[in-house]
Amino acid sequence: MKTSIDNILDKHVGKGRDALIALLQEIQETEGFLSEEAIVKTGQKLGIPTSKIYGVATFYNQFRFEPQGKFHIQVCRGTACHVLGSLTVLQELERLLKVKAGQTTRDGLFSIEVVACIGACGLAPVININGTFHANMTPEKLENILETYRKQA
Amino acid sequence: MNVDKQKETILIEVNGKEIEAVVGETILSALNREGIRVPTLCHMKGFIPSGACRICVVELGNGRLVSSCSYPVEPGMKIQTHSSTVLEARKTIVELLLANHPDDCLFCLRNNNCELQSLAKEYHVMERRIRGNKNSLKLDHSGPSIVRDPEKCILCGRCVRVCEERIGVACIDYINRGSKTFIGTTLKQPLNTSSCVNCGQCILACPTGALTEKNNVGLVLEALKQKEKMVVVQYAPSISVSIAEAFGMTPGEDLNGAMNAALRRMGFNHVFDTTFGADLTIMEEASELVERVKNGGKLPMFTSCCPGWVKYAEEFAPDMLENLSTCKSPQQMTGAMIKTYFANKVGVKPENIISVSIMPCTAKKFECERDTMGRDGLQDVDIVITSRELIEMINIYGIDLKTIEKEGADSPLGIRSTAGKIFGATGGVMEAALRSGYHFITGGELGDFRVTAVRGDKGRKEAKIKISDDLELGVAVISGLGNAMELINEIRNGRSDIHFIEVMTCPGGCINGGGQRIGAKSEDVSARAKALYNIDETETLRLCHKNPEIIELYNEFLGAPLKHKSHEYLHTHYAERDVLL
Repeated sequence: MKTSIDNILDKHVGKGRDALIALLQEIQETEGFLSEEAIVKTGQKLGIPTSKIYGVATFYNQFRFEPQGKFHIQVCRGTACHVLGSLTVLQELERLLKVKAGQTTRDGLFSIEVVACIGACGLAPVININGTFHANMTPEKLENILETYRKQA
Repeated sequence: MNVDKQKETILIEVNGKEIEAVVGETILSALNREGIRVPTLCHMKGFIPSGACRICVVELGNGRLVSSCSYPVEPGMKIQTHSSTVLEARKTIVELLLANHPDDCLFCLRNNNCELQSLAKEYHVMERRIRGNKNSLKLDHSGPSIVRDPEKCILCGRCVRVCEERIGVACIDYINRGSKTFIGTTLKQPLNTSSCVNCGQCILACPTGALTEKNNVGLVLEALKQKEKMVVVQYAPSISVSIAEAFGMTPGEDLNGAMNAALRRMGFNHVFDTTFGADLTIMEEASELVERVKNGGKLPMFTSCCPGWVKYAEEFAPDMLENLSTCKSPQQMTGAMIKTYFANKVGVKPENIISVSIMPCTAKKFECERDTMGRDGLQDVDIVITSRELIEMINIYGIDLKTIEKEGADSPLGIRSTAGKIFGATGGVMEAALRSGYHFITGGELGDFRVTAVRGDKGRKEAKIKISDDLELGVAVISGLGNAMELINEIRNGRSDIHFIEVMTCPGGCINGGGQRIGAKSEDVSARAKALYNIDETETLRLCHKNPEIIELYNEFLGAPLKHKSHEYLHTHYAERDVLL
């Protein structure tokens, strides 16, 4: 049976190594992450060993290897947010959720992604949960915010 | 000055002296020809330069520092190889590499044989001036053959390149970026479930202790303590010609007699020669080839004595598994005969025998654990050590190979032909099989026994061998697994003029195996090959099927090649492996 990854790969005929990143981006857009299946099939398609694909994909921050949580939390680590303490926000978030950036909680509810500047420096430090911006973040505010989302689940 | 006169040359100035350089070559290659030593780390002879580590920097006339391994020569360029700027830059590079390096040299397998350690000494690094965060990546000792310690990795990339460009497996690559970079497999899987074929060429490439064999010296010492057990040992054909340099002797010197004596001195109860097993392998394998050719069996037939190649075939060419000879390797055939035929002969129960083997190969540690390599819950070969570990043991026991009185191997499983001995070099299995195969088909003997077309260290060799008026065998020999896929694809696309193919994972064969001494030069490896062929020229027993102990073994125990008992003890089967390629 054809999977959605097959359908994406089928659209690209006669592509070589140079198409790798574009292909991975397209797959991640549809799937939300790069699965083992995605890595293997992209490798077969382009004739590249999976280790090379994984090497390229881990080089860039944009690729993830676990499905996103129901609530995907982007933590801005741009300059303005950094100056106003985004590191402690990230660390507290990782502590509360018991996962690291790039990972998803076991119940599948939350995932954390570290992003460079998201262009909302006026709101720094800022996090973005499923498209909603939460401004002037502090480590103390996190618990309540997470609880609100948990109730929505 | 040995510049090739065919090539266009230019003049460059090095340290105030004019030298000739070839247009298009790198500064490093011109310097090396002049005998000027510049340190290197990421540089690998015969590979495209990567210029990653920058330890080979030299200063140009304009004061610029460039990496000599990747910078091409230009007419009239002025180069300083050891100016104070250069020395300072190199020292800083070493200090930066050491900044996050563990401090456990004393307890490292590569102590005294480590390029980073040598450089630190060479550039007079006497203190830890720069302190970096150590990475906390875990030791990977998941597999039976290779241990990876990412803490000791300096990210030179030599293992990555040899795995992809020479072996064609590409199991590992750089993962992540910047200070978080490490060398790893797809999805960070452990080596034992990855596509790694355990060949150990990455270990030979590694400048530090980041890649080592799974060292079994401790296990062997422990085994030798057990007085109620019979501890026996076998050694591969290439071992006796591969360890001389480690003891200050001429590379390639054959130390067979001294090694037998040394092994007995260590306390092994019986010393066997795996070359006997090589002879046995040829009896079975050549018979299998003749059988396949005569009765329309699956052709071409691939050799199966190289465990790296066997695993590669199971991963990358599962459609070819029927083409693999079903014969076990010499190690496993000898192992099987030790715990059956020999055990029976000396009246010792197989469970009371500890069977050790000394191999030029890390993949043999994996092979002895494969599920058909034993019976009744016992492995035929219990512990495998490499040439490196043998060298360690000879040192532990303080044995002087130069003066020790030479001894022979034990009987049975001790007499060998020279055809089995040349197994150690690429093309050797082919040549030995052709000698015996010719005899099995025609009843006569093959000319002067030499099949020179399959000798030499080329990655791929082919020949046509006339056996009789109506039979010509097409043969191919692959050394360096990276050369195998091309031929496999030719066969997949219908090529049918080849009957028999020998594949060795390591470039040059077992004499350059992943278990051999680290730091051996290519001349040393050639000397080992020369030594094997010299043994073949100077001794009289040159045919596997003429080995009196082999004949006796078939008469007393096995019956005939490919018969019931042979199948039970000497043959195996293969299965597709589901790994990430």
